[in-house]
Amino acid sequence: MANITGRVLKYGDNINTDIISPPAYMELSMEEAAKYAMSPVDPEFALTVQPGDLFVAENNLGSGSSRETAPLTLKILGIRTIVAKSYARIFYRNCINLGILAIECPETDRISKFDVCSIDTEAGQIQNLTTGERYLCGKIPPHIMELVRCGGLVESLKHRLGV
Amino acid sequence: MAMTISEKLLARAAGKKEVRAGEIVQARVDKAMMDDILGPRIEIAENMEMLGAGVWDPDRVTIISDHYTPPANAKQAEIVKFTREWAAAHGIVHYYEFAGPCHQVMVEKARVSPGELVVGTDSHTCTYGALGAFSTGIGSTEMLGVLVTGELWLKVPQSIKVHFEGGLPRGVMAKDVILRAIGTIGHNGATYRAMEFCGTTFDAMPMDERLCITNMAVEAGAKNGVIACDSITRTYLAEHRIPEGVSFQSDPDAQYCAEYSFHASELVPLCACPHEVDNVAEISGAGHVKIHQAYIGSCTGGRFNDLKAAADLLRGKKIAKGVRLLISPASREVWEACDKAGILSTLSEAGATILASSCGACLGIHSGAIGKGEVCVSSTNRNFIGRMGSKEGDVYLASPLSVAASAVTGILTDPRTML
Repeated sequence: MANITGRVLKYGDNINTDIISPPAYMELSMEEAAKYAMSPVDPEFALTVQPGDLFVAENNLGSGSSRETAPLTLKILGIRTIVAKSYARIFYRNCINLGILAIECPETDRISKFDVCSIDTEAGQIQNLTTGERYLCGKIPPHIMELVRCGGLVESLKHRLGV
Repeated sequence: MAMTISEKLLARAAGKKEVRAGEIVQARVDKAMMDDILGPRIEIAENMEMLGAGVWDPDRVTIISDHYTPPANAKQAEIVKFTREWAAAHGIVHYYEFAGPCHQVMVEKARVSPGELVVGTDSHTCTYGALGAFSTGIGSTEMLGVLVTGELWLKVPQSIKVHFEGGLPRGVMAKDVILRAIGTIGHNGATYRAMEFCGTTFDAMPMDERLCITNMAVEAGAKNGVIACDSITRTYLAEHRIPEGVSFQSDPDAQYCAEYSFHASELVPLCACPHEVDNVAEISGAGHVKIHQAYIGSCTGGRFNDLKAAADLLRGKKIAKGVRLLISPASREVWEACDKAGILSTLSEAGATILASSCGACLGIHSGAIGKGEVCVSSTNRNFIGRMGSKEGDVYLASPLSVAASAVTGILTDPRTML
């Protein structure tokens, strides 16, 4: 997984779990609930997002609830990679456990909606193919990379239990 | 090596003599808690079946249907039914429903002891730190891993010392204390860290109020919040027949990454303004904010102490016209204690509506959602956009006393004007 390239959907600070996965829709199946992902700030999100898009935000992404329905609905909509300046810790762990790569980058304010970016996870670098800029990003710690490589915690458990 | 209480708790869970902040440990879980909304139905039931695995130790697992009780519709009813049936099929004898929000039930039903590592599928699992446990919220897939193996990896957090000195002034409650701390530290100021609360303010605080403090540690981003055990803890343990467990204290020369000190005498009633918990203001300075709903309830602000404070303020008064005051005792036990003490009748006589013990209104999924343009003042823990219903509604977080005072005037009100 050296290079990941995708189109950006871009949000700002404090995109919390009530925004990503509004509680009013959590009683639905996850496929149904996914239609309302991000709806408090972007009602068009589920219609705009395409598989392989990069979800990019700024500070404190995923604050609030432990609800895995937040990264899960993003995953159902085709998001496999998230980039943010900083994360709330449960959201970060949930991403990893679901096999979503969550990358820290201090310069996401320089990235705009629909830019195309290419992420080199091993070099810890993001190239913005639209603007030509380069940004440094955090490298993924080995124990976390191992989990993501496996495809998440369920795949890792399968391996561990010999299923 | 000097260790903080959180380091000692994780060293115990990892079976090690000592651990250091930053170290990654494989920890054995003492207790696991699931609710209905994020429990077996999300990624757990299906994957456990696929893995062909059972629950590592059903006696260490508690399942509490609290978010969707009483169900508002058939979909919610199906989730509660599924949760109940899953618990029975997996030999989980510690299953509760219609008992109240999970965190109060966990404590009252002796499902947490000092010294333990407790994880739960709700971010406010950090509440049990008030009993001297290391407790933290996890996602559903992470819980699947815990259910199957009894373990999870944890990075030992650095600790932030939050020190409050002195007694609380009249009209100031634990909610004001924690809002003051979060307002200063910021809603992500404690991310990945432990918040350790100490000082004479907490030493004098009853357990009902301490639980409100640790409950909101996650609102500063913290992994856990913790208060060391003392005589108040031990009395509470005895009253609830909770096993004594293991008490830890931080070493005097333990390392903290930050320390904050406050004087309780300088505290005034506060509120968190929309739409972030660290958007804290003095309630008297928040401006002329007309309210439509006032809510006292939840794992943050629905305990005996909270309802008693509200009833004492409301005795002989009536809530304002056009305001609905909703009360949800934090558990069946709280309900019964309040009933015996005449608190529920006092609240009802003032015009309050007493609701079931439930999480419903706190996250707008039943029993008290707000509409477009409506304002709610609430003793709960989160005021994110859309949290209690319409994304065009506003939520102000405040103490139960401030909520009660605001219900009387119909505008955000400093309760000291009525005491």
